[in-house]
Amino acid sequence: MGAAVKTDPQQLKAVLVTDCGSTTTKALLFERRDGRWRQTFRGEAPTTVEEPVADVTVGAKNAFVEVQELSGRTILRGGEGAPFELTETDPARGIDLYLSTSSAGGGLQMLVAGVVSTITTESAERAALGAGAIVMEAISADDGRQDFERIERIRHVKPDIVLMTGGVDGGSTSHVVEMAETLVAASPRPRFGDTLKLPVIYAGNREAASDVQQILAKMAQVVVVDNVRPELERENLGPAREAIHDFFLSHVMSHSPGYGKLMSWSPVGIMPTPAAVGDIVQTYAAKTKQSVLCVDIGGATTDVFSVFPDRDGKPVFNRTVSANLGMSYSVANVLVEAGAANIRRWLPTAVSDTELSDRLRNKMIRPTSIPQSLDDLWLEQAVCREALRLSLAHHRSLAIGIEGKRERGISDVFRQASDRYELVDLMKLDMVIGSGGVLSHAPSRMQAALMMVEGFGLQGVTQLSVDSIFMMPHLGVFASVHPEAAYEIFEHDCLIHVGCAVVPIYPAKLSKAGALAEVHLDGSLLGRVAAGEVVKLATPSSGSATLKVVPLHATVDVGAGPGKPFERSVMLGECGVVCDGRNRPCAPELLEPTKQRRVFEALGLMGGGNG
Amino acid sequence: MASHFSPGLTVSTRHTVRKRRELPIKGEILVKLGDAVVGDTVVARAELEGELRIVRVAEELGVAPQEAVQALKVSVGQHLSQGETLAELRGLWGLFRSTVVAPAGGTVEFISAATGHIGLRAAPKLLSLPAYIKGTVVEIDDQRAVVIQAEATFVQGIFGVGGERIGTLSMLAVSADEAVDERHIPADASGLVLVGGRSPTPAALYCAAKRGAVGFVTGSVSGETLRAYLGYDIGIALTGDEALSMTVIVTEGFGDIAMGERALAALRAADGQPVSINGATQVRAGAQRPEIIAPASAAEIAATKASQGLDVGARVRVIRVPYFGAVGQVADLVQAPMRIETGAWARVLKVTLLDGRCITVPRANVELLE
Repeated sequence: MGAAVKTDPQQLKAVLVTDCGSTTTKALLFERRDGRWRQTFRGEAPTTVEEPVADVTVGAKNAFVEVQELSGRTILRGGEGAPFELTETDPARGIDLYLSTSSAGGGLQMLVAGVVSTITTESAERAALGAGAIVMEAISADDGRQDFERIERIRHVKPDIVLMTGGVDGGSTSHVVEMAETLVAASPRPRFGDTLKLPVIYAGNREAASDVQQILAKMAQVVVVDNVRPELERENLGPAREAIHDFFLSHVMSHSPGYGKLMSWSPVGIMPTPAAVGDIVQTYAAKTKQSVLCVDIGGATTDVFSVFPDRDGKPVFNRTVSANLGMSYSVANVLVEAGAANIRRWLPTAVSDTELSDRLRNKMIRPTSIPQSLDDLWLEQAVCREALRLSLAHHRSLAIGIEGKRERGISDVFRQASDRYELVDLMKLDMVIGSGGVLSHAPSRMQAALMMVEGFGLQGVTQLSVDSIFMMPHLGVFASVHPEAAYEIFEHDCLIHVGCAVVPIYPAKLSKAGALAEVHLDGSLLGRVAAGEVVKLATPSSGSATLKVVPLHATVDVGAGPGKPFERSVMLGECGVVCDGRNRPCAPELLEPTKQRRVFEALGLMGGGNG
Repeated sequence: MASHFSPGLTVSTRHTVRKRRELPIKGEILVKLGDAVVGDTVVARAELEGELRIVRVAEELGVAPQEAVQALKVSVGQHLSQGETLAELRGLWGLFRSTVVAPAGGTVEFISAATGHIGLRAAPKLLSLPAYIKGTVVEIDDQRAVVIQAEATFVQGIFGVGGERIGTLSMLAVSADEAVDERHIPADASGLVLVGGRSPTPAALYCAAKRGAVGFVTGSVSGETLRAYLGYDIGIALTGDEALSMTVIVTEGFGDIAMGERALAALRAADGQPVSINGATQVRAGAQRPEIIAPASAAEIAATKASQGLDVGARVRVIRVPYFGAVGQVADLVQAPMRIETGAWARVLKVTLLDGRCITVPRANVELLE
């Protein structure tokens, strides 16, 4: 038997999905029972990509065994080919389909190169990130570096794939060709398969394609696709993303230990984990017609996904990855990038810089240890807030809309710039989804809620949710076969609505004004938000309701514009409505342990998860 | 529930060390199976492709790319010496002449009509790969790698900076629990790997490096001292490429922690012996810890085996506050997950500390000592 092959959505009843992560392979069983799709069982095992095993299928089979034992369903079979029983007549036996995502071995690592950093290079970055890659380096002709500096940087990274862009179609070719010369001078070596040529996708000015191919021929396998920026005001990321996915399967996955076998078990190609998460976020945003911000904060990296409307109202998806912002391997890098004062501001107790620095570095070198004391937990959660803040800032810088200006003056042509604007508007954000251990497994949901409110600096009215057990990758790849089932499981088993945040924005002169806005739930007054204060307004812990926030001053904005009331339907959660009357941004000098202690006390957090 | 357990770092005076020494590209192996090698024996070599230098002929001549190509005096594949003419352009009635010469010797790899640039590849560079440790060649991977094996003292650190170094181990005149300062550094530390104490001051590290030490192994270091020594902050545990003359390795962690007794005893037994050290640390998947490799010693310190597991009676060290660094014996392995102070549910164990106190800690927060 080859791959488990039922792909007709109507025939599916049991689907096994794995996400092969750097450290753990997580297997989930999705089953249709009584006409409804549910995530039913879960098994996990250490990933076995590294030596001494060096075969990803060993860890995957170990995870299958756990699912089999927990579910009582006979899944595995011996012999050649895929190790699964196929469902036949006995509904408690076998599976219909196997799918997988992967981020093992550090995920898909790419180098992007372009001519103008805010135009073609930025588009290349968006294409690579959207395809689920980590962008190790972005090189531009205008990045201010000398040739030798660029060459050194390119050599330093060992990319899986290079995406080269530059120029609009029909424009000048010389800078693009120069970039190809720089690439050949650096001759980066691929991470896997040292006898292979480096995969290079050229998605730039089509007039330069043959010159670029000729220059790179000796060192690279070049594939030419449509320009990511055929015109200054138009971005075309699809063809580059497809080429990335093809190379990912043919050059990265197939040369990673055991992946050839794993791929043969499924009729659907393995997806990079972040690409799968991005797919389910987009599916959810489209179905619910909401703007969504989703974060996955891991041990080494933080991924941010967003769907916000552009100026024409069309939803635009963006993904960024902050490669060195994480909660274990790169926890000390959050300290380096944020600074001790920015971390300390979120703590309700005092800690010296030396102790803060040494504690975080000890976590860095022993990443599997966990906080035992409350102050240690608070320190990790303070780091999380800063990782969220920094990764959102990074995301905002790349989630850029391009104005579709049709008539351009001569000055615009010389400026070589289009009208760019930030897509992320926190006042317009409907829902934030937090994922990753520090958020999903925080001892109390209120801790998770406060980390998102403070870390992202949320504004207006926002629904707060967390991912229960990080099943978004599994649902993303499942959505490629059965989007309705994936959505059903996402809503029912994956998302946990923890409550809502209400954060009014107001002029500084109102900082002593007392009440800023009233909060009503289903027509009844729930409470008030006061300047500088943080309170929890209790609500039923589940179900939906209409939330109305009414500003009490003409200059207070809660999402509908200054002085205007804001109303929307919300999902309720155990944190109720978290009202944060501190104006944005919460600068370090405005916070100190006594003030933060008051916030923790108001939200019942001084006793940790028991509080 | 997935169980976390840190087996601890290897400390042994009789450990079979196998080192694979691999060329980055195919090359020539210079040793045979069974050969005895020492740290600086060259075991393999390869020719690395020379640098590619881009000569901007069009810009140098001040002409369009097409004109620059017409002015070229060389072709692809041609070998050139430094100073040879690459392009020549005659101006008004042939009176004025502009030339571009090769800035270095090499071979013309490409000529770009689009840019008027030439790619000039320099001659290959020779890479010599040393054995790094004293031992015997036990495996040869044709044209790529050799494996060297030795019975040796092997001590892993928890974190380090700086790459491979070969030197002579020299114990500092300090106790394990004493902070190291300048006064403890010998006047002539040339070629020495200094070992001992804890929490060196920045001045102690500068001084040791200035006096020629090639390595510094100690119990702990503060993040601030490390930043002072390196000149920048380390945020990610991915090290080994730092441009340092002296590799620094800590055995316990950041802060003020004395070196563990077993590591100290194993290293003391190698005092005065040749050692190979490497500070390279990678904490992510495919983890790599820094190492000190010295000749095997008569002192009997056996390596911790991960397979020994965590049983009642095992000696452990706590690796997280509020008991960070405390050493004791496992008194009980509590089976059911327990709610800890943070409010989280975790699998825990009870440890009887050396001072008689009994503490409860998450299993994820201990490492095995023996």
